[in-house]
Amino acid sequence: MTRPRAETVTRWLVSGPPFLFLFVFFALPSLIMVVASFRYPGEFGGLAPLAATRPGEDAGITAENYGVFFGDWIYFQILAKSFGVALLTTLVCLVMAYPLALLIARSPKRHRDFMILLVVLPFASNFLVRVYAWMIILGDQSVFLRPVNYVLAHLGIEPISLLFTGFAVVVGMVYVHLPFMILPLYTNLEKHDPVLLDAAQDLGANAWSRFWRVTFPLSLPGIFSGAALVFIPVLGMFAIPEILGGKDDWMVGNMIKEAFLGTRDWPFGSMLSIMLTLAVLAVAALAAFLARKGTARA
Amino acid sequence: MALLEIRNVSRRFGAMTAVDKVSITIEAGEFFTLLGPSGCGKTTLLRLIAGFDLPDAGAILLDGRDMAGTPPEQRPIHTVFQSYALFPHMTVSQNIAFPLKMAGKTSEETRSKVKEALALVHLEEKGAQFPHELSGGQKQRVALARSLVNRPRVLLLDEPLGALDAKLREEMQIELIGLQRDVGVTFVFVTHAQSEALALSHRIAVMNVGRVEQLDEPSKIYGLPVNRFVADFIGKCNILDARVLETSPGGLKLEVKGLGEVAAPAREGARSGEHGVLALRPEQVRIGAPDSHHDLKNHFTGRVHDLLYVGDITTYIVELPNGTRIEALLPNSAPGRATFFEIGDAVRVAWRHDAGNFLRD
Repeated sequence: MTRPRAETVTRWLVSGPPFLFLFVFFALPSLIMVVASFRYPGEFGGLAPLAATRPGEDAGITAENYGVFFGDWIYFQILAKSFGVALLTTLVCLVMAYPLALLIARSPKRHRDFMILLVVLPFASNFLVRVYAWMIILGDQSVFLRPVNYVLAHLGIEPISLLFTGFAVVVGMVYVHLPFMILPLYTNLEKHDPVLLDAAQDLGANAWSRFWRVTFPLSLPGIFSGAALVFIPVLGMFAIPEILGGKDDWMVGNMIKEAFLGTRDWPFGSMLSIMLTLAVLAVAALAAFLARKGTARA
Repeated sequence: MALLEIRNVSRRFGAMTAVDKVSITIEAGEFFTLLGPSGCGKTTLLRLIAGFDLPDAGAILLDGRDMAGTPPEQRPIHTVFQSYALFPHMTVSQNIAFPLKMAGKTSEETRSKVKEALALVHLEEKGAQFPHELSGGQKQRVALARSLVNRPRVLLLDEPLGALDAKLREEMQIELIGLQRDVGVTFVFVTHAQSEALALSHRIAVMNVGRVEQLDEPSKIYGLPVNRFVADFIGKCNILDARVLETSPGGLKLEVKGLGEVAAPAREGARSGEHGVLALRPEQVRIGAPDSHHDLKNHFTGRVHDLLYVGDITTYIVELPNGTRIEALLPNSAPGRATFFEIGDAVRVAWRHDAGNFLRD
């Protein structure tokens, strides 16, 4: 079947510009990065030329960057740790966001918009300011920590320090990303038909069963979108580990940032970036596979 | 002892009284209907029986036991919701298995009972499908199977046929009657459709603004309405202002506004001089040529003001010289014949002396 000509033109007029935008500013740069990851670094940043301009200069195409990555456990460990932090952050966000999203979704309609406004309100202030605030909250001089350490000192126990630890990193990550979990969950839960819960109760389900057999399974799509919106940005985050974490809390994002802005080794940074992308794709593929298997069984 | 006893139950929402001192006793195995216009309190009453809401006064007893402290999930009472409320993430079989799982039945017993329930509603082939793959009538059947699978003492049905089209509704009505007879579960059916109530029920409670107006068998509700609301709400009715002139064991002599003297059947407790209405069903009114129906006691001459042809019957609205209008039905039994009279034709309307009801105000 052929479409009428005018319809085809309209389709391209509407979908063309965003398509072009994504091609120029996403597909093309990604391709450039793939190429860059197989090049040598330039002397003062950037890339070395493809053909040597003077003897002894590194030039042309090389897999050396990948060799470095696979040659040392440390890179794999940092990547794995980044996944661990992202996973932990996602789980904590989920556990914290679910009751809140449920509470908002079951509040009277006239209160919901206001409650959602409160959830997104932190976005109105600067991200760095909010993360820096946690330095004060978690710092050794914090009003929360000082009484604790005072008591510990009297008990003869070493004072504890929270700032510049993995704990502080996860706290910051959860704090920043919590709204991204609440919003998709709320959007899902708000659409649930309350008569389903009546029906479940009518058929003998107590509150526990009603949640686990009706509300929770129906909210899985919301959980998946929320998890994706938290997991992926956390994985590449470098600001929070840098501000709230110690040297041991570096994540793959910090390495990439360091490669581009610190050591100015663009090819190495590109390689790390590509490894991160591949790892995310692998996780997404696994999740999709598990989800499909889950629905096929249900 | 009655199975379900609703004893003097009231429920108020703010200034509005949704259910007002209602007392109903329902026997085991009965097909009982709560009938009334929207807002009459029938759905509120159903929610009170199911346990989703608690009465402000009065008590609901099941097998003589007060249900006040028993939450819905522990009452042996199930509901078929108007929207069916099937769980969208479960297959038909899983939906039906839900109440069995909640009751802690073994998986073997669950499997055999689900199979039985599917057979009961003729959906043996649909067990593995999801609700969104079913038609409205099939969803309805699944909802019925799910609520009946572990044989509740009482099944509440909240306008379950409201979402179906007319033809399917009629099929489901017949199926419901058979189903209720087969499983022997007491049905409490809520509807605003009077024909549905008359067709399905053993007994009907006609409700209006939170009160029960009349509680009786369908034929009594239709044939002997106790007041003007019931007469008007159930079926079509000519309602004419009337006053009792004379009472005798054989019948009443009424002075009907616009008609004059009319003979009506005796009514217990009617006294001469009393005001009320004469309720007369259109099918009780004969219609014929101006010189016909001399044998009937009540006959009046007028002209056809309007008529409504609906296939099997035609409704004629006859206007008497003084402006009073009377509706009469005539079956179109002669093939191909749509009307016996045309608008403007002179006709006579007549009815027997024992037709109609005098209803006191």
